[in-house]
Amino acid sequence: MAKQVVRPVTSLELFAIDGQLDDEERAIRQTVRRFCDDRIRPHIADWFEDAAMPVVELSLELGELGLMGMHLEGYGCAGTSATAYGLACMELEAADSGIRSLVSVQGSLAMFAIHRFGSEEHKQEWLPRLAAGEAIGCFGLTEADFGSDPGGMRTQARLDGTDWVLNGTKMWITNGSVAEMAVVWARTDQGIRGFVVPTATPGFSAPEIKRKLSLRASVTSELVLEDVRLPASALLPTAQGLTGPLSCLSEARFGIVFGALGAARDCLEATISYAGEREIFGKPLSAYQLTQQKIADMTLELGKGMLLALHLGRLKDAGAIRNEQVSLGKLNNVREALAIARECRTILAANGVTLEYPVLRHANNLESVLTYEGTSEVHQLIIGQAVTGESAFR
Amino acid sequence: MKIVVCVKYVPDATADRKFNADNTVDRVGVQGMLSELDEYAVEEALKIRDGDESGDAQVVVLTMGPADARAAILKSLQMGADSGVHIVDDAIHGSDSVGSSLLLAKAVERQGADIVLCGMASTDGSMSVIPAMLAERLGVPQVTFASEVTVDGNTVRVRRDGDAATEVIEASTPLVLSVTDQSNEPRYPSFKGIMAAKKKPVEEITLADLGVAAGDVGLEAAWTKVEAYAERPPRSAGAIVTDEDGTGANQLVEFLAAQKFV
Repeated sequence: MAKQVVRPVTSLELFAIDGQLDDEERAIRQTVRRFCDDRIRPHIADWFEDAAMPVVELSLELGELGLMGMHLEGYGCAGTSATAYGLACMELEAADSGIRSLVSVQGSLAMFAIHRFGSEEHKQEWLPRLAAGEAIGCFGLTEADFGSDPGGMRTQARLDGTDWVLNGTKMWITNGSVAEMAVVWARTDQGIRGFVVPTATPGFSAPEIKRKLSLRASVTSELVLEDVRLPASALLPTAQGLTGPLSCLSEARFGIVFGALGAARDCLEATISYAGEREIFGKPLSAYQLTQQKIADMTLELGKGMLLALHLGRLKDAGAIRNEQVSLGKLNNVREALAIARECRTILAANGVTLEYPVLRHANNLESVLTYEGTSEVHQLIIGQAVTGESAFR
Repeated sequence: MKIVVCVKYVPDATADRKFNADNTVDRVGVQGMLSELDEYAVEEALKIRDGDESGDAQVVVLTMGPADARAAILKSLQMGADSGVHIVDDAIHGSDSVGSSLLLAKAVERQGADIVLCGMASTDGSMSVIPAMLAERLGVPQVTFASEVTVDGNTVRVRRDGDAATEVIEASTPLVLSVTDQSNEPRYPSFKGIMAAKKKPVEEITLADLGVAAGDVGLEAAWTKVEAYAERPPRSAGAIVTDEDGTGANQLVEFLAAQKFV
């Protein structure tokens, strides 16, 4: 009897995820997927290898599509649902975490901070240009010695007459060297406050951080502020204390909940395809039980992560999401995505360590994603506190 | 200026294709999409509209087919078209090009159009006859297979790249224009376009609205009929030229020439 041939389904098709999306969400996903196929994928290995990408040009193209600050309302932003934003992040990160980082920092950190905490003048001046990708923004919170504990920051802003004068150094700032504006958080005698800093202001510099082994297709910088003098109007009027920057981080984390799964999906698809073509001992690698065990387990984790992401997306769109819930998603989905990328690498064997295949590039990128926007350990502490009532941060 | 773009909802070529019991393509049970070649027509229409100095130019997208075919209109609206017209009626099932062109022509007459734009072919039927049939039915000039289009007032000038020569053809509106996949680079629907598309008007019309009798269209009225179909045999290994005596390059060129690749 002839062997029955079954058309294989993709891992996410097996979970019937598409049925959970509406037409608009599918259309947005399709647009981003096509953009990445045309404009990112053909070049990404080179950009990663050379640690150089055409960020200004890309930013304009991403802006034209409507990706920058896409889930914000007004001021030239598209005003999509949070779920659609998540799906866009997933497609971008399926191409590369560096591209998703560019969009996350622009939309969820720089633009969100201005949209939520800025004056009307800030919004009018910056949001339309940031949404169009004509200007690039960055977000300065982390310092070399203060990552998980941003409240300890040393950067300070002091009043001099009606002017603010900023001094200090920020570290690991995505888009820093290419940004036209930076949202900078600093210690003041009123607690932690945020400032809109045009990067052309005297005393501001942003040297790029080189020799990274992760997010090589992304600009990462130090922000150096030496007596940067700003008018009173530079202050974000309604952000008072650490809650301001932390609410921005929660936005960016939400995008990562979906984004990391994009990287995992790309690894898994490349691996299933490779395992189907690669013959070993006279039959395809995918026909071995050990390979299938790996692929089945990865499929399960990818689908579970996707269901969690969609659930969080619906909660966010209903205005009912809590920060602790975003932590559930960020912790699980990045951790599992990294595990998937590494497991895929074992199936691709030596090929897996090259840039001919996406798996080690994704795995390397995900090392950064695991750490930024709240390390796994911080998210464990947030979840631990939520379910025990005990804070174990200190 | 009013531009009516005729678009077709076709089965996704990457999905498994199925047929109904009457040998027509199963369009309901299969994932469908706006025919890719029609994206060039939509893009050209948007470019003409946006370049129109009067500022009152509009792009109407016209399709016919089952309820799902609305997706082809929606995609066009997401790209930037202004409104849609959907001919949906059980009686049109199985219409051939003759029947389809009758319906489309009636719908164009009902709309009124300065330019009727089409793709160079559908990606499923691949007949390329609809533009010519439409022009004949509407009694207007046809400029087809354009790889470059210039509109100047009511004059449309196109470049038509043939195998042996390139022609430049000019005609006055109203006319039927079809564009090739070399004519432009279709835009991605922007997120604002996707969001706005939901609010754009799509009119659903029936045979009665067009004054067409059910007996003039559909499978029974078709001039041609699919009698049988068979799945294409699996692809065989291609020709392999082994260069043993230094004639390999010649053999390769002969092969390419025979296949009309060069």
